[in-house]
Amino acid sequence: MASPSEREKTVSRERIYRHRVPVRLGHWINVFCMAILLMSGLQIFNAHPALYWGSRSRFDDPVLQLAANRDAAGQPHGITTVFGYSVDTTGVLGLSADGSGAATARGFPSWATIPGPQWLAMGRRWHFFFAWLFVVNGALYLLWSMLSGHLHRDLLPSRREAGHIGRSLWDHLRFRFPRGEAAKRYNVLQKLAYLIVVFGVVPVLILAGLAMSPRLDAGYPFLPALFGGRQSARTIHFVCAFALVLFTLIHVAMVLVSGVWNNLRSMVTGRYVIIEEKGRVE
Amino acid sequence: MLSDIDRRRLLKRTAAGASALLLGGCDRLSNTAWFTRLIGRAQSLDAAVQPALTGGYAMAPEFSEADLSTPFKSNGTSNPDNADYQALAQKAFADWRLEVTGLVDRPASLSLAELRALPARTQITRHDCVEGWSCIGKWTGARLGALLDQVGPKSAARYVVFFCADTMERTLDAGEVKYYESIDLAGAYHPQTILAYDMNDAPLAIPYGAPLRLRDERQLGYKMAKYIMRIELVDSFAGIAGGRGGFWEDRGYEWYAGI
Repeated sequence: MASPSEREKTVSRERIYRHRVPVRLGHWINVFCMAILLMSGLQIFNAHPALYWGSRSRFDDPVLQLAANRDAAGQPHGITTVFGYSVDTTGVLGLSADGSGAATARGFPSWATIPGPQWLAMGRRWHFFFAWLFVVNGALYLLWSMLSGHLHRDLLPSRREAGHIGRSLWDHLRFRFPRGEAAKRYNVLQKLAYLIVVFGVVPVLILAGLAMSPRLDAGYPFLPALFGGRQSARTIHFVCAFALVLFTLIHVAMVLVSGVWNNLRSMVTGRYVIIEEKGRVE
Repeated sequence: MLSDIDRRRLLKRTAAGASALLLGGCDRLSNTAWFTRLIGRAQSLDAAVQPALTGGYAMAPEFSEADLSTPFKSNGTSNPDNADYQALAQKAFADWRLEVTGLVDRPASLSLAELRALPARTQITRHDCVEGWSCIGKWTGARLGALLDQVGPKSAARYVVFFCADTMERTLDAGEVKYYESIDLAGAYHPQTILAYDMNDAPLAIPYGAPLRLRDERQLGYKMAKYIMRIELVDSFAGIAGGRGGFWEDRGYEWYAGI
């Protein structure tokens, strides 16, 4: 038997304007740039698929290496080595099929790189062009965020929210997302994730990228020094790129489980629907 | 109604199709002249912005003996496979001479001993390959600026072109394609720009460009021509090989290699 309170439950749909134009435009330019930067970056990485620590490359002591080796029977394998520990990654890392299906020694597979075939000069063209677009887009977003109050109002957590981080984390782990009034704002975990990306991962990634330029290293020797040398900077650039991949995976997962169409529409048209169930006892 | 399996298959195919379209599109664009020219402009922008940001005289970082790479990676040509070079190498480059020609007032021909008599510089620097790795080496050589002062560049001269002994390709129509590179005059007069004849306190060995190679520490390794035979001062690259100022530049790499 239904209780009276449940029978009287009413569902209200409220449409709110959630994302303003600069956020939406900046978001999709970012999606585009980050995809191309990641894939052209992997193309560049493939020219020497190993990472090191320090100023110079200690070829016998890489932090990470994607190599193709032959086993005792002469069979080639893709071997990934991280801090001296090796895993067979044939088919994906170290050794994978090229466009024609032939097994080829290459760091990341051709489906993950721009362009697909090994072509360093072209990968650099893509990377350095979209790096400018990414940086200009990011700088405009930051400037707008500060001037419009978006940063202060929407991104910085209040003291009260800061006290709820543990609770919010627990809710997220159970796939319980803010509803009603609370869904109109970014929640505290979302705010922290965005702040870490905007003020942490991306600036470090950009600085590490600049530190790889020999000309900039001459003008600003603190750049490579900041990271412990040019090869460390290259390693950190790579790690930051994959931190962004991880962020994107979690971001997309959250979008999927918290209402994919509502979320997508709000990032395209700005409109977001809040469903509030009144009379329900939780 | 689609079953779950059908739906999953449809989603999978859509994703595969979309990524194939994206990747195929990127590969097609990579072979489209207007597009590669457009995205190549970014590096022309870097070529303008980076020198403006760093100034003309900023010095590349220098290191200590403890930082030296052992071994130093030899890249590109490690032993030029042509008879002329091998004949010179056999006599320890006693017959080798550096020709300096082009837009200069006093064309010159210098022996190794004459080069060693020019104002020199020793520097321990990081060599950054376009592939991504770095090695640290100690280089001693004649300052290119001092050599240029001796030959007197004409006012029309804009670039210094280095012609090398190493054969990169043999083709039916062009014959032997040899390595060459170029830098601008401002770069040539930078204090760290040297024509190195010693590496790690010993005469330059063949894998590293014996008897003479360029060191231009604010650019990537491909700029630093090895096995130099002749230097020519020019006002443009038109008429030299592919016309883009270097062997790799003719194959799509940027002339400006500060990034």
